[in-house]
Amino acid sequence: MLRLATIATTLTRKLMAPVKVFGPAASTNVARVLVCLEEVGADYELVDIDFPGKGHKRPDHLARNPFGQVPAFQDGDVILFESRAIAKYVLRKYKSEQLDLLREGNLEEAAMVDVWTEVETHQYHPALSPIVLECFIYPTLRGLPTNQKVVDESLEKAKKVLEIYETHLSKHKYLAGDFVSFADFNHFACTFYFMDATPYSNLFDSYPYVKAWWENLMSRPSMKKLGANMSTRN
Amino acid sequence: MAPVKVFGPAMSTNVARVLVCLEEVGAEYEVVNIDFQAQEHKSPEHLVRNPFGQIPAFQDGDLLLFESRAISKYVLRKYKTDKVDLLREGNLKEAAMVDVWTEVDAHTYNPALSPIVYECLINPMMRGIPTNQKVVDESLEKLKKVLEVYEAHLSKHKYLAGDFISFADLNHFPYTFYFMGTPHAALFDSYPHVKAWWERIMARPSVQKLGASMVPPKA
Repeated sequence: MLRLATIATTLTRKLMAPVKVFGPAASTNVARVLVCLEEVGADYELVDIDFPGKGHKRPDHLARNPFGQVPAFQDGDVILFESRAIAKYVLRKYKSEQLDLLREGNLEEAAMVDVWTEVETHQYHPALSPIVLECFIYPTLRGLPTNQKVVDESLEKAKKVLEIYETHLSKHKYLAGDFVSFADFNHFACTFYFMDATPYSNLFDSYPYVKAWWENLMSRPSMKKLGANMSTRN
Repeated sequence: MAPVKVFGPAMSTNVARVLVCLEEVGAEYEVVNIDFQAQEHKSPEHLVRNPFGQIPAFQDGDLLLFESRAISKYVLRKYKTDKVDLLREGNLKEAAMVDVWTEVDAHTYNPALSPIVYECLINPMMRGIPTNQKVVDESLEKLKKVLEVYEAHLSKHKYLAGDFISFADLNHFPYTFYFMGTPHAALFDSYPHVKAWWERIMARPSVQKLGASMVPPKA
């Protein structure tokens, strides 16, 4: 019965018109949405926005996102922006008994998903992303030299954050508990670039539970597939 | 039900975010102050509640939570009724609109507005640091651009997520309340739909009650 239900769900999804995501695949916020689409097996189309040509400031894009940013999203007549809002819409729309990455039906589980989603936004990302900016984005895309002082300060912040993650992940397989969730997926893009595009990937070697959690995530088909497109080493 | 506990000073914007949700759903709660001067936020007792040593933290029986938006959503789900549904998670489109404007507050509105609150109120009054007018001026320019977008949006909808009050609107309360205590409050006069929306929020009993304990220091 489970196999029939799975086939029926897959067929139903294939019959829905593909949703559209607007923005470059390399953007971390676009990737946040894509990893959720991949995880739920939704049909989607990625429409690039011509950043160099100011495509994000043109009227057609501003109609989707009045702040002129990426990603934006369209599902029929539903137009959304803000990557976390889009991602949650996707996870709710395609939710099934087998695939519940928000756990909104369970008060405590949903709260844990929310807590570690907020932690990514307010603690983890602010510690790691300056390192990616200084080591990769600024030199490669803007021809600016790496500001080593910023990198060193961020590494110190990152270590304090990772200590907390290490303690937490020594007690739970995933961030919200023993189930993978939106909280884990939110960490994908930022961590991927930290590992792929900076010289500091071995930082995680000092935090074995964090490292194991990351390697577990990267073994997921969704993240392998997206990582192949995002790698800066191609 | 035993009252839930919120740890942190009631005047803190992120504590107020949680308190306005508790007030809106009519929950019984207790505010337990955390003494920053005495480094209580870094004490072992508090680190158990919030390993990052910040406020607010929250307790409901055995459950301990941190991060104000996560706590707030737990409260709004737990005390949800047919009449009081501030997240709309049962409706795909409505829930998405609540999420969109909650994210806009976090990533666009607040980063433009809060530096003005810090420079004009918090730094001078609480930290003895003089106002950095350059930061204020740059933030005012950013905030004007953001308010233009809000003006267009609120000309079509009574509230941010549609014609119903939601978590998206409540998220804007704490920092905007303090902004109105800075010398730049009159900025909202140039955006009549935004001003009307703000006055609707301020008229709510929950906001009136909390505002009375959050009186901003005069700049």
